[in-house]
Amino acid sequence: MSSLIPLVKNETIKIIKKKRFYVILLILLVLVPIFTYAQMRSAEHSREKFNGDWRLETQQQITDNENSLGSDRVPDEWKKFRKIIVQQLQYYLDHDVNPKEPNGVTFTREFMNNSVSLFIPLLIMAIASDIVSSERTTGTIKMLLTRPVKRWKVLLSKLITLIMFTSLIVLSTFVITYAISGLVFGYKGFDIPVFTGFQISGSDVDMSAVHAVPQWEYILMQSGLIWFVSLTVAILAFMVSVLVRSTAASIVVMMAALIAGSILTNMAAAWNSAKYLFMVNLQLTDYLSGTPAPIEGMNLTFSLIVLSIWAIAAIIVSFAVFTKRDILN
Amino acid sequence: MRITEQSERKDNVVLSVEHVKKKIGRKWIIQDVTFDVQEGEIFGFLGPNGAGKTTTIRMLVDLIKPTSGVIKVCGFNVNRDQEKALQYIGSIVENPEVYTYLTGWENLEHFARMQPGVDRNRIQEVVDTVRMQQRIHDKVSTYSLGMRQRLGIAQALLGRPKLLILDEPTNGLDPKGIKEMREFIRRLADEGLAVFVSSHLLSEIQLLCDRVAIISRGKVLAVGKVNELVQQNAKYVVWNVAPWEKGRAVLEKQSDVEIVNHPELVLDDSIIAGMGEHALVTRMNEDRIGSLVTQLVHLGIEVSGVHNINPTLEQLFLKMTEGEIIE
Repeated sequence: MSSLIPLVKNETIKIIKKKRFYVILLILLVLVPIFTYAQMRSAEHSREKFNGDWRLETQQQITDNENSLGSDRVPDEWKKFRKIIVQQLQYYLDHDVNPKEPNGVTFTREFMNNSVSLFIPLLIMAIASDIVSSERTTGTIKMLLTRPVKRWKVLLSKLITLIMFTSLIVLSTFVITYAISGLVFGYKGFDIPVFTGFQISGSDVDMSAVHAVPQWEYILMQSGLIWFVSLTVAILAFMVSVLVRSTAASIVVMMAALIAGSILTNMAAAWNSAKYLFMVNLQLTDYLSGTPAPIEGMNLTFSLIVLSIWAIAAIIVSFAVFTKRDILN
Repeated sequence: MRITEQSERKDNVVLSVEHVKKKIGRKWIIQDVTFDVQEGEIFGFLGPNGAGKTTTIRMLVDLIKPTSGVIKVCGFNVNRDQEKALQYIGSIVENPEVYTYLTGWENLEHFARMQPGVDRNRIQEVVDTVRMQQRIHDKVSTYSLGMRQRLGIAQALLGRPKLLILDEPTNGLDPKGIKEMREFIRRLADEGLAVFVSSHLLSEIQLLCDRVAIISRGKVLAVGKVNELVQQNAKYVVWNVAPWEKGRAVLEKQSDVEIVNHPELVLDDSIIAGMGEHALVTRMNEDRIGSLVTQLVHLGIEVSGVHNINPTLEQLFLKMTEGEIIE
């Protein structure tokens, strides 16, 4: 009977009036300067050490990594990882490109890359974990579901609103990081070249497909992947929010899953089937930069498929449960 | 001829509940509930806590699906044709839960967007109806319980419903608020609205309702006019006499007066607390009070008080279930 747009409007008003989104912006406005400052100190430090010569610094990094390869105490996994890093750094050196050129854009790229598996999901959960469970905690769900609107429409309006806000969070993270770090490192750097297309096979890097893209193009690709990961996390948190009555429980469940993911990433190389878990597939941006995947057999397509399947399953479960469940509390 | 008569009758039935049952886990929470609510009447739903009142109400508004049975509102099945049936219902299930971080007006706008044909003017109209013009633009978190209750009713009235469902509407209100609420509900019914009110207090239902269904342990025990149901039961009369022993002896001798030895089992605590230490509780016809007083005074026994007391809900149940224990 009633269309979806007024329902989406309702949900949007509720999120804004609850000041959830402002809290997220506030967190960004507090944390990004801290990271920017840390980055600034480390840049100063290496400038002192290498007199501002990035070639010297990169060479030193290569030497450090190569030295550790000879040591018996370093596990094989790490050796493999470091071999790959060495090859990549060498590639940058050979092509006379500074992989860490200090500017606002590079900082933003690095920051987004590091935030994709934990920080951005955390911001998303501030909205996603609350969007259904809070209606149950406060009892307003009774008012919502006794209106002449089908239940699936109510849930769909919430999902659409969540997708809008998830996109907005990714965008705000980018804009705020760029705006703040630019103050310190300068706003230039969109057109410096970045290498992508490293194909990792075993402990070797296949350089045949490597090509330079301007940094803005790289960031665009990276943002697309981050957006995809964010949507998956948002939808999973949404499902938990449908299943669990309290917002706190819903956040804890999602946090546990994400943290388990980051722990598994560091130790699961031997457990091959862990690659089907959604939480070890969140570092999609690593495929762009050529960082080796945590488990053999993972590549960009594989991770995209795994995440899609998890997201679709979560949507099916959410709608099936929400439309059938008796509201007893 | 009979057919037209029946269909005319059906036209006035706003809510019809037929053999509704609900099983949760292995337990039958609702065993068999059947009743009709007509246009313009206030229908009471009376039962102790845990009898299944709220579960039944939740089924009426499609928050819970019945295991079997049919619930129809204005002819539409609530559990199948939700969009059609629910537009005729305004409801408050348990407490009036509204968004505390929004203002009263924003809350009404929110619910207005969820139903067709509710515009600004209609919102203003219901605000006037519940007399909330003064505070409607304040945040709900600053409202008192009574105001939230009124906002809840405003919300329920938004869609011009034919049936208003109120779950324990006087809960938590002060005596003045309770009186206002009763008058308000009566006014709505006079305008043709069918009002369904649940309560666990017999007195509340007596004061407010035209007809009542009495529910206990998931079963409807009786449906009928409130006064008829109450009058089927004997009344209690409390005597304050001095000297107590002598008075008791006189009353005991009467063949049509029964002394209740354990009044705490049949009367409300509040009544027992108010009737003093040396009171005699009897079960008798109230017509006999006059002649008994004369008799007592003749024998030199001072009568300082005689009170009629309505049976409690528990008493009504005892009678109806013929001694089956109420939990």
